[in-house]
Amino acid sequence: MLRDITIGQYYQAESIIHKLDPRVKLAGTIVFIVSLFLYDNLFGYLWAAAFLGFVIKASKVPFKFMVKGMKAILFLLLLTVIFNLFLTPGEPLFTLWKLTVTKEGVKTAVLLVIRLVFLIIGSSVMTLTTTPNNLTDGMEKAMGPLKILHLPVHEVAMMMSIALRFIPILLEEADKIMKAQIARGADFESGNLIKKARAMVPLLVPLFISAFRRANDLAMAMEARCYRGGAGRTKMKPLIYQKRDGMAYLILLFYLAAGILVGKVLL
Amino acid sequence: MSIVKTEKLTYEYIRRDEDGNVEGSILAVDDVSLDIQQGDFIAVLGHNGSGKSTLAKHINAILYPTGGTIWVDGRDTKDDKELWNIRQTAGMVFQNPDNQIIGQVVEEDVGFGPENMGVPTPEIWQRVEESLKAVGMYEYRKHSPNKLSGGQKQRVSIAGVLAMHPKCIVLDEPTAMLDPSGRKEVIRAVRGLNDVENMTVILITHYMEEIIHADKVFVMDNGRIAMEGTPREIFSQVEKLKELRLDVPQVTLLAYELQQRGVKLPDGILTHDEFVEELLKVRVGG
Repeated sequence: MLRDITIGQYYQAESIIHKLDPRVKLAGTIVFIVSLFLYDNLFGYLWAAAFLGFVIKASKVPFKFMVKGMKAILFLLLLTVIFNLFLTPGEPLFTLWKLTVTKEGVKTAVLLVIRLVFLIIGSSVMTLTTTPNNLTDGMEKAMGPLKILHLPVHEVAMMMSIALRFIPILLEEADKIMKAQIARGADFESGNLIKKARAMVPLLVPLFISAFRRANDLAMAMEARCYRGGAGRTKMKPLIYQKRDGMAYLILLFYLAAGILVGKVLL
Repeated sequence: MSIVKTEKLTYEYIRRDEDGNVEGSILAVDDVSLDIQQGDFIAVLGHNGSGKSTLAKHINAILYPTGGTIWVDGRDTKDDKELWNIRQTAGMVFQNPDNQIIGQVVEEDVGFGPENMGVPTPEIWQRVEESLKAVGMYEYRKHSPNKLSGGQKQRVSIAGVLAMHPKCIVLDEPTAMLDPSGRKEVIRAVRGLNDVENMTVILITHYMEEIIHADKVFVMDNGRIAMEGTPREIFSQVEKLKELRLDVPQVTLLAYELQQRGVKLPDGILTHDEFVEELLKVRVGG
């Protein structure tokens, strides 16, 4: 039952977006999110939608995968709409019982929904087209300059990729322990929330112990294979910018600049 | 040429109570002196707690002797400057296949060792290809290790060590968690390395069937070397092995029992074919 959970929702396809350097995709996601907050008019959002549509088309990932991420924030979205709709002061449109819907309220609600939806879809384009490993590599390289400040960039990246590797193993283990406990009469299903949480204790304790044992074994295996931190390490798959990455940066710059300029000139 | 040499090697585990006071100590390895030559296939046998894994961890400089000395390829493991050279010379494969694979793709895991050593990128790819081919896992190079069988995972681990170009490979019960077919897979790969690449292999195990192809066998008990010799010499002493709580391969045991009942068979029969041949000789002769 636990094995059904998938983390890291990579979608395998042969596309230019998949092939881009992860640093480009990271930068792109950040630029896109920033642009959403810089643009504050209809044209800006149309421009952002067109850009997003273009990227999704190029990524060859079916659109329904993008929408999947939306389910998680549906509740948040609804809450945002309701609060903004009723609680923004301004010119009243109509009154429902004691709550007044204002013109400004409608405007902010719509803007926020558009921003949130674009934000989620925009970042899922990145996670759907980049393997977790590639992503940590990109982060390590992009944050490289922070090493001067003695931030353990390599170590954090290594921890992230090891964590990703062990997620399926620990899930499988949790599944096994759960079955073993159920076979001995443990009850994980019934009762209220507190009871259910308490029932998890006999699952979590052995899982923790085993995770520590695994960590110990893994550390020994890594040392046996000459692991001694990031210094003096070479890469099997080094990140090297290709021509297409330069192009992608240019497109990004064009997208951001054009959106701002046209918005300023038109209005 | 001697690749691993120990002299009066001793390792003491100190047990402490909750306040850190010494409660007692156990000699996990006790006065072991041995000499392993380049290109040998060595098996170290012993039941649980006999000290065989502790001994193995000394060869890779994971543990340091509390007494005596161990030299790996002529280097004393206590010398800090030589640590990484020693780990590169004597690669180590552990028991649990899941807990020693670092990469999320087979080829990335095999490349982990060379990456740590600072091997240039094109050479890493070349080493990864060679190593995966040597253990017969090349076609799985793009797979996720989580989707492989136990035997396949262990072969990937062996490839990961091979890619570091060691002179000697230490396998610490590599088959203990595998099913019989996985066990055969791994042992076949290890024997291939010894035969074809003339790699020194030190196989730690408690499965008797796995040692019959070894050049030399050490049997450990209570931290000491209780027996040493060729597999045939070891298996000739069925009574002594039983005393050390070790099982003898079925065919050897059968031959031994028949011998006890007066059938004229030679000592230390190791394989089925050999047994059948000798038994036929007895029939023809009798």
